[in-house]
Amino acid sequence: MRIVLEAAVLGVLTGGVYALMASGLTLIFGVMRIINVGQGALVILGAYLSFALSRSIHLDPFLTLIVTMPVMFLLGIGLQFVFIRPLKTDREALSVLITYAIALGIEGVLGFFFTTNYIELRAWYETASFAIFGFHVTWVYVFGFLLCLAILGALFVLLYRTSFGAALRATMLNRTAAQLVGVDVDRVSALAFGIGVATAAAGGVVFGVTNAFNPGSHYDLISRLLSIIVLGGLGSLRGAIIAALIMLVTTDIAAVVISPVWASFVFFIILVLVLIVRPQGLYGVRVRERI
Amino acid sequence: MSRLRVLKRVGLLAAIVIALILPLIAPDPSTTNLAVFTVMYIGLATSWNIMGGYTGYISLGHAAFFGFGAYSLGLLSNHLNVAPGYAPFLLVPVAGVISGLVAVLIGWIALRTRAATFVIVTIAFMFMGQLLAENLVKLTGGGAGLGFPYPQQWGGDFYNTPFYYAMLALAFLALATSWTIRRSKFGLGLLAIRDDEDKALAVGVPTRRFKLAAFTISAIPVGMIGAVYGYYVTYVYPQFVFDPLIGISMVLMVFLGGLGTLAGPVLGALLLEPAQLQFAYRFGASRLYLVFYAAVFLLVMLFLPRGVVPSVQELLQRRRQELASP
Repeated sequence: MRIVLEAAVLGVLTGGVYALMASGLTLIFGVMRIINVGQGALVILGAYLSFALSRSIHLDPFLTLIVTMPVMFLLGIGLQFVFIRPLKTDREALSVLITYAIALGIEGVLGFFFTTNYIELRAWYETASFAIFGFHVTWVYVFGFLLCLAILGALFVLLYRTSFGAALRATMLNRTAAQLVGVDVDRVSALAFGIGVATAAAGGVVFGVTNAFNPGSHYDLISRLLSIIVLGGLGSLRGAIIAALIMLVTTDIAAVVISPVWASFVFFIILVLVLIVRPQGLYGVRVRERI
Repeated sequence: MSRLRVLKRVGLLAAIVIALILPLIAPDPSTTNLAVFTVMYIGLATSWNIMGGYTGYISLGHAAFFGFGAYSLGLLSNHLNVAPGYAPFLLVPVAGVISGLVAVLIGWIALRTRAATFVIVTIAFMFMGQLLAENLVKLTGGGAGLGFPYPQQWGGDFYNTPFYYAMLALAFLALATSWTIRRSKFGLGLLAIRDDEDKALAVGVPTRRFKLAAFTISAIPVGMIGAVYGYYVTYVYPQFVFDPLIGISMVLMVFLGGLGTLAGPVLGALLLEPAQLQFAYRFGASRLYLVFYAAVFLLVMLFLPRGVVPSVQELLQRRRQELASP
């Protein structure tokens, strides 16, 4: 019982990180109806950027975000401009392939510069822990969770309290109607893609401090992130956050109760069961017309 | 018009003859090795096209069937103590049936979703297959991999030849299946699903049954090809056959050649696989070949999203119209 509780606590803390990474993914889908299969690779890219920065100028990994998040934001806008905007027809299918190619490109470049050896971001809070109610919690998970909470909070404020957020939500609901009332949907799309990629940078730091990674790590990551947004319902921010928590809590509990190697399999089983009874996901809307 | 058709027939016949006698005219192992992989991708891309091209459902998880096929053949021939040689080839159809059964199960679940969600679900299933192969250690050998019978008697230049003909036979099978479907009422139903699924259902196309049938039919040759591949390389491990790159390669070839056409996947494989092998061979260690691959991919998607075959057809048609009405 004790270890199960401990696993659940850890699941909630790491679930926050996945919620952040998946929120960028689902935001991009909501606004542009494209699936960014490159999100996993962008997370890994963010982790490598933080790694390079923290090693070269001895900055704390979390503080490198001051540099990496704006950089990744601009990178996102650039990627959207060059690769996503030219797609006119059948963008949903083509975007999957294009972003897949972007992921492969990032993997190749990272492999060239950093080799395929596993690395890890180092910081004092990576192993230091504290005890609360008899549970041992490593600081890094708490810091990571707080960081993700802060960024997700900022995202919600941006979406629900600003006029840009209103324009973005309008684009998500109905692109044509938003255009008719004067929303510059191209600009909104570019900014949304940038924001989505910037969240990948933040997710990358926390992922990099809590996991060893190499350029190929994005496959494992993207299969989890995509499963999370399908479980939550494509385009739903709330769904993504809840699905991330469900996923990490179940896999962490399964890891201690059953065995670590079957942990992610348990999550896939949940995904399959949900798809059988509710193909649109937890918070999704059933798609009737072709989008 | 009829001259063009004669020309087409002669070209097709010549291509078939060259394909059949290739190991005789170019027996050196590096050429036949290249031929094995190119013909393999012709079969894979053609099979994928039945689901992705005709029905319009993009599956990025077809590598799952490739993996299931390879593991089926390896496990069967090890457990049945099949002698290395031609005997394991007899088990290839069994591997195909197993992959087909897996496809029915996966399709039954995945085809509840559409469009983007379907793409994601197929990726998830591919990784589930990989996890199964890795975790069922007692059955599959887990991450340590699985060895196949090794046909020692086929030494030297001859080694690649049986595998080449096996792959060629499977590619012909896939092409014949694709051609038959394209000309059948079933194929027409699939095209209707691609164009507008709800309207297709409204006019009486049994969409659920047709989609599941197309998904299964496109998975069976992929499983058989995976089985031959496993036997050819004699040793597989989970990430090697449940490889997302194999899954994406067949998709890219179809898009490059022409989605939903018969010749497109063949052309795409002929253009891309030799280039890919060259790059993997030269820059494999530095992972730079991934960058090359990504670059080709992006260029195709941005400038030729409909593929070579439809673009050329369009060009010919325009030229003909210009000639007809000056």
